[in-house]
Parts: sequence; structure tokens; C-alpha cells
Amino acid sequence: MAGTLDFSPDDRYNAFITTCAEAPFGDGPLAGTAVAVKDNISTAGIRTTCGSKILDGYVPPYDAHVVDLLRRAGAAIVGKTNMDEFGMGSTTETSAFGPTRNPVDLTRVPGGSSGGSAAAVAAGLVPMALGTDTGGSIRCPAAFCGIAGLKPTYGRVSRYGLIAYANSLEQVGPMARTVEDVSRLMSVIAHYDPRDSTMLDRPYNHRPSAEVKGLRIGIPEEYFGEGVDPRVGESVRDAIGVLEGLGAETVPVSIPGMRHALAAYYVICTSEASSNLARFDGVRYGPAVDTRKSWHEAYQDLRRELLGAEVRRRIMLGTFALSAGYAGQYYAKAQVARRKIREDFGRALREADVIAGPTMPTVAFRLGEKTDPISMYLSDILTAPANLAGIPAISVPCGRVDGLPVGLQIMGRQFEDERVVDVAFAYEQEVRA
Amino acid sequence: MITESDIEHIAELADIGISRDEVPEFTRQFNAIIEYFEVLDTVEGENAPDTRVVNVFRDDEPDPCLSQEEALANAGSTENGFIKAPRVM
Amino acid sequence: MKTIVGLEIHVQLSTATKLFCGCSTDYRDDEPNTHCCPVCLGLPGALPRLNKRAVEYGLKVAKALDMRVPEESEFARKNYFYPDLAKAYQITQSDRPLAVEGTVEIEDDEGHEKIVRITRAHLEEDPGRLIHIAGGSKYSLVDYNRSGIPLLEIVTEPDMRSPQEARRFLNKLRTILEYLGVFDGEREGGLRVDANISMEGSERVEVKNISSYKGVEKALTFEVTRQRNLLRRGQKVARETRHFVEGRGITTSARSKEEAQDYRYFPDPDLPPLRVAGWVEAIDLPELPVARKNRFMAQYGISLNHARTLTGDPKLADFYEAVAHVEPVLAATWVADTLLGELNYREMSIAAVPAERIAELIALLRSETITDAAGVQVLREMLDACAAGNPCEPPAAIVEREGLTRAAEGEFTQVVEKVVAANPQAVEDYRAGKKGALNFLVGQVMKETRGRADPRELGRIVSEYIDRGGV
Repeated sequence: MAGTLDFSPDDRYNAFITTCAEAPFGDGPLAGTAVAVKDNISTAGIRTTCGSKILDGYVPPYDAHVVDLLRRAGAAIVGKTNMDEFGMGSTTETSAFGPTRNPVDLTRVPGGSSGGSAAAVAAGLVPMALGTDTGGSIRCPAAFCGIAGLKPTYGRVSRYGLIAYANSLEQVGPMARTVEDVSRLMSVIAHYDPRDSTMLDRPYNHRPSAEVKGLRIGIPEEYFGEGVDPRVGESVRDAIGVLEGLGAETVPVSIPGMRHALAAYYVICTSEASSNLARFDGVRYGPAVDTRKSWHEAYQDLRRELLGAEVRRRIMLGTFALSAGYAGQYYAKAQVARRKIREDFGRALREADVIAGPTMPTVAFRLGEKTDPISMYLSDILTAPANLAGIPAISVPCGRVDGLPVGLQIMGRQFEDERVVDVAFAYEQEVRA
Repeated sequence: MITESDIEHIAELADIGISRDEVPEFTRQFNAIIEYFEVLDTVEGENAPDTRVVNVFRDDEPDPCLSQEEALANAGSTENGFIKAPRVM
Repeated sequence: MKTIVGLEIHVQLSTATKLFCGCSTDYRDDEPNTHCCPVCLGLPGALPRLNKRAVEYGLKVAKALDMRVPEESEFARKNYFYPDLAKAYQITQSDRPLAVEGTVEIEDDEGHEKIVRITRAHLEEDPGRLIHIAGGSKYSLVDYNRSGIPLLEIVTEPDMRSPQEARRFLNKLRTILEYLGVFDGEREGGLRVDANISMEGSERVEVKNISSYKGVEKALTFEVTRQRNLLRRGQKVARETRHFVEGRGITTSARSKEEAQDYRYFPDPDLPPLRVAGWVEAIDLPELPVARKNRFMAQYGISLNHARTLTGDPKLADFYEAVAHVEPVLAATWVADTLLGELNYREMSIAAVPAERIAELIALLRSETITDAAGVQVLREMLDACAAGNPCEPPAAIVEREGLTRAAEGEFTQVVEKVVAANPQAVEDYRAGKKGALNFLVGQVMKETRGRADPRELGRIVSEYIDRGGV
């Protein structure tokens, strides 16, 4: 039953950058379902900004593969959600279109960088949304807003049309209020696309099962250590207890490479970003560069005026990390650290079927609370390792601290997205019942 | 230790505009971040790239191109089918 | 002072589509920005997809140049910011190229065979094209049709010792590439060269972006003179990059920046590694120029010079083989000397000439139905018709129409008598032993008979006639 969906949300959270008042939809498993799409995913005919002034007015001539799949599944794409500029942040405060507010508590951030998608879902403006996750950008806002969100295995969902921030780390993934809806949306978007050469043909066609009897859950000490709010740790341990009550068992595991994880993550993501973001020069798209100036002057002026401080900081960091002129050789070392983390997870996931821990070390920050880049970066410590290892990771709400949601994170083996979904589903079904 | 002149050099290398008054703040933040990166100095071993996927190809068969109108649609300024750009000196 | 030259050659591979997208490479006569898609325009979110044929072409070259193909190679990003570089990085190969360590055999300046070592060959994408408008305008115009065209960059060791050697190397390389069918020499800008040149013991100068292979010899010759003059005057050669100004045949300093460019290479995370080591063995190389030259001499019994000329271009060699059956040595002379000369004069390609017509012409010569002079006349008529786009008449028809059949001996007795009678001074000179006089008389007869008589035969007839006392 194809048609048009009228969409005029009460967006007091600033969850959307662009909304489509009349969203067409088609037939299919998502016929007529309103889906919000993060604004770094290309939508033909709909402005796509990455939360940046440098892409304001850019209207892609093509759909990202996931958007194409959404349309073919009958979904109504009702709008483009707010995000940290180019995904660089954990609060959605670095957006050029203003911060998004957390629907649970309007004085708090929704997390980031897919804060707009999380807020739109949490506030009930849409039942499901697409986010993207480079170092936690789906799971962090899912945890902070009290919804579910999956970062798929690297290579399971096409990146074609996702505006790159850090190619080797990021995936598009589903966000929804329930794990079941996360799974439904995942079935739509995880289909092979030859245009993404880093993809494997491993479609996701799965209905969640709540059976966890005999499941071995690995508990890494590093996920409950320094910097993790003990009350958050407590909520997560309680949640794991619920799974044990359902017949799962826990085994201690260790990820020694964790101490290098965040540094490796930031070196890699900023290096890749410094290369990815250089194309925004106002020549082929975006606000026009001043052709009366000379090239380098015009290019630098454009980037100073249209890119935010965090984006410019990360571009400079990445340039520094890749530069032959500085002795650090950070990029090469970060690759070694990454390999070790991948091996650590590989080992831990032979001893256990999944790994569980908190998604975020704390609950949602106050708006404006995180001003120092380092303290902001540190908040990715529990999410970035899954991106480095390329493994699937889901966040599912597990109780509250100070009235704010806490996320339980379940990580699994590569291409066992189904299993992390099942574990999260089992927990969700049990606490909901 | 990264100095203010290092920051200016990196900004030049990155071809990214930073204004004079941003330099001290960037320098301070850079030093804090790089101090944090130094944990990587304790990493030992060789890099071995993740090679789950190798040899992904496309056949040499033409696909349709964008029309000139579509190709130029987002460009700030055009002239006779070309896109205008600042001149490299 | 020893001259040391090394080359970096960028070859556009003649695939049907670009290196990382399906846009057609056949853009040269088309409007700007009409061979573009999200990938080669560098639109946000687009991803590269590697063209398998470009890899195969690269490996063919590697095999032909006797190169080693490592187990695994990888694509890297070379970061620099220019408006014609759509993604602000060029996808290329850096630390791990497609192939390494090859050789090409050329003749040195003394005519001896020598080896030029090939350092590496790697695949990369061409940037778009920037057009600077003459006059005061501040901006440039960009056309991305070329963006993403596959290039094979071939780097040599500094093994050449003169601009002439560099030219011979490039000719040889070009011939090999054409034999392999991976390169179309007639595409403008299809082969571009950066040349490194130094005088032994002095700094090296890089001459960038020489867009014709004929320009390389000119640019290098200019540099040899410039650098030698500097050294002779006791000055130093500065290590720098220079541009070749094609129109003026000179090089000019490009940038004085002391520091080397920092391209911040890193493996492109959008492209998985290549593992093609086993492919090379499976490649069937066509017969390459040296082998073909040797075979031509052995099989057709033609001279080294003819064999070299004929195999210098695979299309010419194919053409020769299509007409050689008539009479190989005669065919070699006619194709390598006469036909090639006439083609060059008309700036025509061999492709425009129907081989069967030339075979017919050679048959007429072989059967002595026409003389060589008449043969040239017929050939010119045929080529003029081809050049004008008209159908090429069979040579027999031209001979018939123009009455060019070789004259029977009796046919020109009268003409000989007439010419001898009209040129008593020449006859006297001949009798006095001046050889030129006979040639003059023969020429006069030839003129009268419009080339239908054979000049050697005429020489005999004229001299016999005079010797018999005919006046």
C-alpha cells in the first residue's frame, strides 16, 4: 500500500536537521513506517549536511545503499537527524545546527554522535532510526536516551553513501525502542552491496530468540575499572545477573590491549578523517569557495569559517599522526595496537560466546559539561574497542542511575550479530515481563 | 612537546585555517592529547593488516554516468560546463 | 661529464572504464563533466571499486618487462589538495606496488645493447584537468572527465646516459605497451613523463609532466646544456623541480620550496589488499617486438633494418604480415620504405590503408606488370583516395585507367630516337665518358613514357642505341 506519510513532529529536542513534511513510502516489510536517517547518510533529493556548515545545501544526487534498501522495504524517510559535526563527538553538541536535548532530561545531552536519531526514537517521534557508529556513536546515545542500538560487524552493512569519517571503523546500524525493532531494521539494511569493497555477503535474516541457556558471557575486568561510575557498573552487573537467572553462565575474560585502545582509536580515526574531510573545498558541492582568491588561501578560509573547532582539531591531529615530519609514527603504532586488541577479543570470544559490560562509563552528561577534548574522548573507552576489533556490539537499556538510563553492552564474534541481538532480546523480554 | 610554531606548521600542512588567537588553545590541547597518545610507545610487535577480504573487483563494463547537469548541480559556480575553482598560484 | 637520466612514466591504460568506477574512459571529444559519477567526482559517501582489467593490464606489463610481482600489494592514499583532485587524495600504490624489478633492453649511443632497469610499476588514478584561462582571470576551470582514468606508473633506475637513450627507451616502452594492447598511443596525453636528470656528482633536477614522449628528448637536451653551462661557469646545479615549456623547448623552475612534500601516505581503508601473484603465470603474452623482429628476419628473409622498422609498431607489423605472402622482400621494401614515407608525408595512419589493395599492388610489381615508378604513382592515387575518405580503387583499375602498363621494348624505340636526336650535347658528353649524361637521357625518356618503362632497362637500351651509332 504505497502512499505518503504526513510528518510534523513536535521536535522540541532539536533531533532533526531536516524533516520531510510529506514522506512517500512504498510496499514492503516496513510499508508506511516512519524512519529517521542520520544526516551523514546520503539521501537523493534530501539535503545531507553531516551537521556541518560546510555541507549546508548539499543535495546528494544518489541514495546510500541503506537508504535504497529502506525505500525498497516501503519505509517513509521522514527526516535527517542531528549529529555531532561529521560524527566527531559524544554529545551532539558540536553540530552546526545546535545541540540536541535528551528527551529523558532536557538539561542533558542525548549522547553522540547519533544523538538526533536516539532522541527522535526515545521521544517517540519515530519508531526507528538509522545511526552510524565509528567509536560508539550508536551505542552511546542509545544508552544515554534509554533505547536499543546495534553497531553491526564491520563489513555487514554497506557504507556506500555514508559520508566517511573513519572508514575502517564505522558502520551504519539500527536504533529503536525495542531490540525486536532493532533486529527488524537490521534485516532491511544488512544486504550485500558490491559497491562497498570492504563488505562480505552475509545478509541478516533473523528473528530474535530469547534462549540463552548455557550461553557463556565473558566479563572483562577492564570494563568495570577506573573511570566507570560504580553505580553504572552495579546496574550492569545486575543485568548480567538477570541473564544468569535465565541459564547463562559468566566467565572472567581479559582484554589487556584496552590500555592502548583509546589512543589507537583516536590516532586511526583522526588520521582517516584528515584525509576524508579534505574534499570539502566548496568547488563541486557545499557553500561555494571564493574563486577570486588564490586556491590555498580560499581553501583555508573556507575551512576556517565552515568547520567547527573540534573538526579542525581532529583534522590537525590526524595530519600530525600521519606526517612523516614528526617522529611519533603514531599511525603505524596504532595499527599494531589495533591488531592486538583484535587478537584479545578473538581470544576472549573463544573462552566466551559474548562479552558484556557497560556501554558508557557514566550516565548522560549535562549540556555544556564536557568542554575539554580529552575528557570527552575518554568517554568512548568502552565502545571504541568493538570498532577497533570490527565485532558486533549492541546497547540495551538496563535500569537507571539518578533517573537517567544506563546501557548494557553485549559484544560478540565477527558476523554473530544475531547472537548479540538474541542476548539483548532475552534480557529485554525478561525485565519487561 | 608541541610548540605554537609546530601548531602553525601542522595547520599549514593540513591546509586548514586557524586564526592567530586559536593557536595557544590548540597548542595546549594538542599537548594533552599527544601525551595521551604516548601510551602507544609501549606497544610492541608488528602490524598485520586485517585481510578477511582480499581481491574485490569490478568488471570493466561501463555504467551510466551522471548528466552534466547532475554533475554540476551542487557546484557553487560553473562556466560552459566546467566548474570554477580558485586559481592555484 | 656523465649525464644520468631516470624516468617516471605515467601510462593511461586503455580500459573501457575508469580505475574505480564504471564511467567510460572515452571522453576526449566530449563535453566537460559528462563522464562523471559520484565516485570520480569525489561526492561524499561514494566508494571506489577496482577495475579488474586495469590490474590485468598492469600485470601484463609487469610480465613483459620481466618484473617480479609480490604476493600482496595494496592501495594507498596520497594526500594533497588541488581542485582537480576530487577526493583531495589520489589513490595510488606506495610501499607495496603491483610489481618491482624489471628490465628493458635498448641500444645505447654506440649502437650496443644495454639494459635499463625498471624499479617498480604501480596503479593509480589520474586527476581531473585544470584549465587556466589566458588573460587576467583569477579562477581556473575544472573538468573531471579525466578524473579516475587508470594510470600505470613505471619508474626506471637512473640508467640512461643521454637524452637520446631516454628517447629510445620511451620508444621501446611504447612499442611494448602497444604490442600488449594496454595502451592507445594515439590518445592525446596518454603518456606523460617526469624525468630526473643530473650530471654525475651534481644535484638532481626533476622535470615534471612532459606530456609528449617527443618532448622528453627536447627537455633533457635543454637540461644537459643548462646544467653543463652552470657547472662550466663554476656554479652549482640546484636540486629542484622544473617544468617543461613545450612551445619554447625550455624548462623553468617550478618551486623553490626546500622541504620535500609530505603526502602522508596510508593504506586506503576502502580497498582490500590485492593478491595476484599467481595470476602472472596464467598471462599469455603476445609476441613482443624483439621476438617478432627476429622472426621476421628468419621467416621472411628481410633485412634487420626493415624488420626493425616493421616491428616498431604492432599495426604496421600486422599490416606487413598481411601482404608479405605476395613476395616478402619486395613487400618489406614497399611497406617499410615507400608506403611508410608516403603515410608520414600525408600524416596518415596505417589503419586507414586496406592491406589487400597493397598486396595487389605488390603483385603487379612482382609480375613486372608495372614499373616501380608507376607503382609509386598508383600508390599515391590510392592513398589520396583513402585520405579523402573515398573508396580505394584496385590498383589494376588505376593502371588500366591511366595506361600505366609497363611498355614493351619496341614501344619506346621511337621515343629513344627522338630524345637522342634532340640532345646532341648530352650524347657527346656520354661518349666522352660522363655518366650523368646517360641518366639525363634516360630521365627524358621516362618523362615521355610517364614512368611506364623501367629505368635500368632504358639505360641499357639508350646506351646500346648510341653505341650502335644512332644519332
